[in-house]
Amino acid sequence: MKDTPLSNCERDFLLKAIEEKKRLDGRQTYDYRKIKITFGTDYGCCFVDLGQTRVMAQVSCELVAPKESRPNEGIMFFNLELSPMASPAFEQGRQSELSVKLNRQLERCLRNSKCIDTESLCVVSGEKVWQIRVDVHTLNNDGNLMDAASVAAISALCHFRRPDVGIQGEEVTVYSPEERDPIPLSIYHMPISVSFAFFQQGTYLLVDPCEREERVMDGLLMIAMNKHREICSIQSSGGIMLLKEQVMRCSKIASVKVSEITELINKALLNDKTARKAGGRCGFAESMPQERITALKMDQTSVEMKDVSETVSSIVQTAEAPPQTVPSPLVPVPGVGHIGEGLRNTWGLEEEEEEEEEEEEEDDGESSGGDSVAEVTKMEKEQHKDDKSRKVDVVEILDSDEEEEEVVILYPETTKKAKNTGTGQKGAATSRKQQKK
Amino acid sequence: MFSIVKERVGQILLPGDEFCCGPQDTLPLTDSGRPERLVAGPGLRRSGDRLLVSRSGVLRHKEPNKFWIESQQRRYVPAKGETVIGIVTAKSGDVFKVDYGGSEQASLSYLAFEGATKRNRPNVQVGDLVFAQFVVANKDMEPELVCIDGSGRANGMGVFGAAGLLIKVSLGLVRRLLVPHSDLRADLEQLFPCELVVGMNGRIWVRAASVQQTLILANLLQSCDTMTAPQRQQLFRRIQLGALQD
Repeated sequence: MKDTPLSNCERDFLLKAIEEKKRLDGRQTYDYRKIKITFGTDYGCCFVDLGQTRVMAQVSCELVAPKESRPNEGIMFFNLELSPMASPAFEQGRQSELSVKLNRQLERCLRNSKCIDTESLCVVSGEKVWQIRVDVHTLNNDGNLMDAASVAAISALCHFRRPDVGIQGEEVTVYSPEERDPIPLSIYHMPISVSFAFFQQGTYLLVDPCEREERVMDGLLMIAMNKHREICSIQSSGGIMLLKEQVMRCSKIASVKVSEITELINKALLNDKTARKAGGRCGFAESMPQERITALKMDQTSVEMKDVSETVSSIVQTAEAPPQTVPSPLVPVPGVGHIGEGLRNTWGLEEEEEEEEEEEEEDDGESSGGDSVAEVTKMEKEQHKDDKSRKVDVVEILDSDEEEEEVVILYPETTKKAKNTGTGQKGAATSRKQQKK
Repeated sequence: MFSIVKERVGQILLPGDEFCCGPQDTLPLTDSGRPERLVAGPGLRRSGDRLLVSRSGVLRHKEPNKFWIESQQRRYVPAKGETVIGIVTAKSGDVFKVDYGGSEQASLSYLAFEGATKRNRPNVQVGDLVFAQFVVANKDMEPELVCIDGSGRANGMGVFGAAGLLIKVSLGLVRRLLVPHSDLRADLEQLFPCELVVGMNGRIWVRAASVQQTLILANLLQSCDTMTAPQRQQLFRRIQLGALQD
């Protein structure tokens, strides 16, 4: 299925807005969107939210025979999949150009930079080594998949624990996680990629482009760095000519951003570690992420299962409180269209509108074919609750019941970002960040 | 059945809920003898002697006997007579192919513009925005759009969009905007002068005096979808104060 085409007026508007240094969501030129890092139940599972872009990385390991040329080094395998979930433009199974490009960039960023000590992955030289496999899945595409993927991959690698191995003479025993604690990988440094989008032949640049900005950009520069200011890889695509000063400037910006992101990753890892030490596992309820608990209406069930009721009530107690309900929830929107019947909409206030249509012929093109009452909905309770809980999340991190999810937010969301003037917003964001620290 | 349906008006119903003809529906002998007809609208379906709910939402009623379910969604299904904002994707032969956000593209003929003849073709390029209405919209045929009304006049439809921003919102917000005396429109009018084109496929085109104001409007519309009226008015008031400070 094809993606929605970009209209000419959108393109013109975006370019004009960029010339005036304004972005669609009110960010500054060098601002990142809100980054949220959460870890899953298993070791090595990491979700990263970069604004609306969402990716998941999972690390797994296996004992295999090493390569002939390198008998005492482990093997790293990277795979990035563009799932059709992420965007209607991605097709299942087909290797598109973007997919090849992202895979290649992820490999260069993580493998060639030697961020993982592969020699420590060797078990028996020449015979058995660990193969570490990193799978990154894109869940939602709102621009800048590369940055989100690199953050997810390196966080998952830092979070991962491999089984312990004991060697006695000729015998090799692999201990399961219950027998001996699994051990983390040895990671030298954390390379993180930062993307810069260029417009108007390199005149304007933006950090962390969102999906619409990516569509109108001329070229993209991706710099992968670590916090010690070492560049791991640079890639420029789109065929734009960049000046030396521009590249130097971008690398300076990248080093600032990378150190912030690295700190965020470390904080998230630390939170996860303390939470795991504090509480044990409680099975089923723990593996359900917070946003997705929806079934809280227990009073109307007609199923009679006496022994299940205790577990059910315990799950309900540990789950989050049901969202607040407005006294009279009202939903807008009449029935939308008669599917396949091709009839005129005849519901609602049609009779009055027909008279009004003859009287007033509005020139701005607004039609009065709608037929609804002007009432606002609370049907989107989940989303509303999510928004609310996100604002409160910063306070609740260490007190939450859910052990497997540690949420660290870089820039708290504001509902009206475009309202504030540019400097005001940036000042507010940094002051909020300092408060959290 | 009329009475039991009527008493649930305003409640939230889920697919699978049903209304059966019960013993209370027998007519008493003293009545005039005229059965009440119940007209089932979108979201309600008749199956035998039961009325089934096929969509989740709030039950609404309009005198004398119309009932329907109001639900919230973002995916647009074309219906005849609705005006939508489409993006021209291709020119082929005598028709334009227009994307309106549905499962397939609609076709818009060259001649379906005001004052267009075979020699005098409309000035429409690929990537332009058009405001058009459906003349054919059912599940068996390719949807067709036109930019003129029954009498041959444009009536506000046609190509547009010199400078402005196109945003995507839910269908509920669009209907709320288009209602004759809409609160939302009244609030918007008080903010600053702007131009709005509202398509029933969930697309809105906004233009205001400056880029900053246009961006503010676009963000406002996208965020006030899930707000109650008092919250929305509070937000608008904050913007107004902010605008005065600028």
